Amino acid sequence: MNKHWVSDQPFNPYACDELTPSQEKYFLASQWTLIWWKFKKHKVAMFSGFFLLAIYLVAFFAEFFAPYALETRHTQKIYSPPQQVHIFDNGELSRPFVYGWTYQLNMEILLREYQEDKSKKYPVQFFCKGDDYQLFGAISASSHLICVDQPGTLFLLGTDRLGHDMLSRILYGARISLTIGLIGIILSFTLGLTLGGLAGFYGGWIDSSVQRATEIIRSFPELPLWMALSALLPLSWSPLWIFFGITLILAMMDWTGLARAVRAKILTLREEDYTSAAILMGATPARVIKKHMLPSFFSHLIASASLSIPAMILGETALSFLGLGLRPPITSWGVLLNEAQNINNVAIYPWLMMPVVPVILVILAFNFLGDGLRDAADPYTD
Amino acid sequence: MANYFIKRILTMIPTLIIISMLVFIIIQLPPGDYLESMIAELESQGESVDPQQIQFLRQEYGLDKPIWQQYFVWITGFVQGDLGYSFEYNLPVAEVVGDKMWLTILVSFFTIILTWLIAFPIGMYSATHPYSWSDYSLTFLGFLGLATPNFLLALVMLYLANQYFGTSIGGLMDSEYIDQPWSWGKFKSVLEHLWIPVIVIGTSGTAGMIRRLRANLLDELRKPYVVTARAKGMGEFKLLTKYPLRLSLNFFIADIGSLLPSVISGAEVVAVVLSLPTTGPILLAALQSQDMYLAGSFLMFLAILTVVGVLVSDIALAMLDPRIRLQGGIKK
Repeated sequence: MNKHWVSDQPFNPYACDELTPSQEKYFLASQWTLIWWKFKKHKVAMFSGFFLLAIYLVAFFAEFFAPYALETRHTQKIYSPPQQVHIFDNGELSRPFVYGWTYQLNMEILLREYQEDKSKKYPVQFFCKGDDYQLFGAISASSHLICVDQPGTLFLLGTDRLGHDMLSRILYGARISLTIGLIGIILSFTLGLTLGGLAGFYGGWIDSSVQRATEIIRSFPELPLWMALSALLPLSWSPLWIFFGITLILAMMDWTGLARAVRAKILTLREEDYTSAAILMGATPARVIKKHMLPSFFSHLIASASLSIPAMILGETALSFLGLGLRPPITSWGVLLNEAQNINNVAIYPWLMMPVVPVILVILAFNFLGDGLRDAADPYTD
Repeated sequence: MANYFIKRILTMIPTLIIISMLVFIIIQLPPGDYLESMIAELESQGESVDPQQIQFLRQEYGLDKPIWQQYFVWITGFVQGDLGYSFEYNLPVAEVVGDKMWLTILVSFFTIILTWLIAFPIGMYSATHPYSWSDYSLTFLGFLGLATPNFLLALVMLYLANQYFGTSIGGLMDSEYIDQPWSWGKFKSVLEHLWIPVIVIGTSGTAGMIRRLRANLLDELRKPYVVTARAKGMGEFKLLTKYPLRLSLNFFIADIGSLLPSVISGAEVVAVVLSLPTTGPILLAALQSQDMYLAGSFLMFLAILTVVGVLVSDIALAMLDPRIRLQGGIKK
């Protein structure tokens, strides 16, 4: 008679092999679904992704989100500090409003002084009529997200040397600064993928010349080379061409890292059995690379691409800051910061430095997003 | 070892030759030359230009020769120490460059030392305490350092130092030492001014290095040999220093190759903001005014500095790591 307890439940010897519904879901999920699940767990990266999406949306509809049009100048309100939005009126909660904004030149120290005129109040309105603009250059409209009635002013981040509203300029500048990163990465992605792929797949002289080219480009200090190349762009070019020129220059220096990564991956994958099988069955190199090799490391490429976008945005900012990159009338964050170059400006008109806040936020967000993507890129490890 | 050394130096030569060609093409590409912009400037001021004098200058500087001859004149001169003539300063380039190159090297050198000194302990701490609060906040700080454009940091530091310490930190030395021969006082003054640019330039590199060291060391600490050693009862400190740390030291040296170009890039912008007497401001001005020999020599110097830096790091790495030293020495 055995003493130990035995369950009288029916015994299923295959219990270990059977999958619970959640396990089954996991094992049947495709690679991209797994990547998405893993990425979702990285809260900061998720948040950064949403933040970037929101910023790109705002930049796309900059005309609507900006309180004023890009060219609108307030000649009577030059170097105005940021205005404060009040929600308490005599100690009582009211809808948000700004006071009148009066300007006076202090003749003793020659400084513009601004003061709130408490006798006038202008409620902040939403979805109201303001400056006219052409949305996407085609649709005439005049709706803005926020504005106040004339003659009240709403300078949430102050105004600059010419009386432009800073907030509006930053929003318009986002459009240029953010697209430079995107267009640049598309160019460098294409270059890196093609050249790295060729080098890895064919080897031989193609490999060694691509290797040599990356080595040479990488041994140049980036910024002096950027400076030299952008000094090449003729002054007679239109701002749009300068924009494309700068993007091209940034991309030309950036593809090397990606090309190296692609080459290394393809070198190892070329030894796999399934690659040999595909080649033996007569698949063209393009098909072998696209169908059989790319899927296994494409997620890694996206992650590393999202990590090199911020480098391009910073590059544009630095070049424009030095006066070698984009030039007015094109408005980018670097162009805006160019005006903050002077230490006196920083001391007297600190709000001119505001464009740096979106720069830092966007770069941070791209870094966190890239971090999350890199962790998620390989969903099969733990 | 000697084999590796020789091979490494020999591969450096073609790289440098191609770089010099690229540099020359880049400085030649803008339409026109310095003489043309000089003529335009003189004419706009209402002065007449003697065509014979222009012709003489053109011949003197070799601007009338085909481009490949100009390249040969430039590069043979460069190798012999004759760097050409700066039109803007009316001085031989060697005299304009002079001290500035050394100051650039000095700033870069101290920046890299500082980067190591900061990144090493922090990276180690982050890797041994992963996913703790301190790790997260250090990571965040690192990201912040990566995201802040360093020219901006320079501006803010300039302002703060002026506001709270009452010192002017522009430049690399007190004004009375400028153009003076080197002395103890000048040396001390340079050291006093050096820390701001060094910190400003160092931030982004430090942040990147901390993150890479953390990732590498973390990978190493998960390996079975570490688990085995811990299971055998080895103390945590010895466990860390015996192998994993030595392996990550390798990467520290290998990283000079990527750190140096970024340090030099950063130094250029920061130098413009802080008006340091390094290469930055002069390179910028030379590029803007098409002062081609000056710009070319600067670019070439910066490239050589990087290539030599990478060479030094490769050789140091080969001495440390037999796997690299023996590479190619063994037939498969």
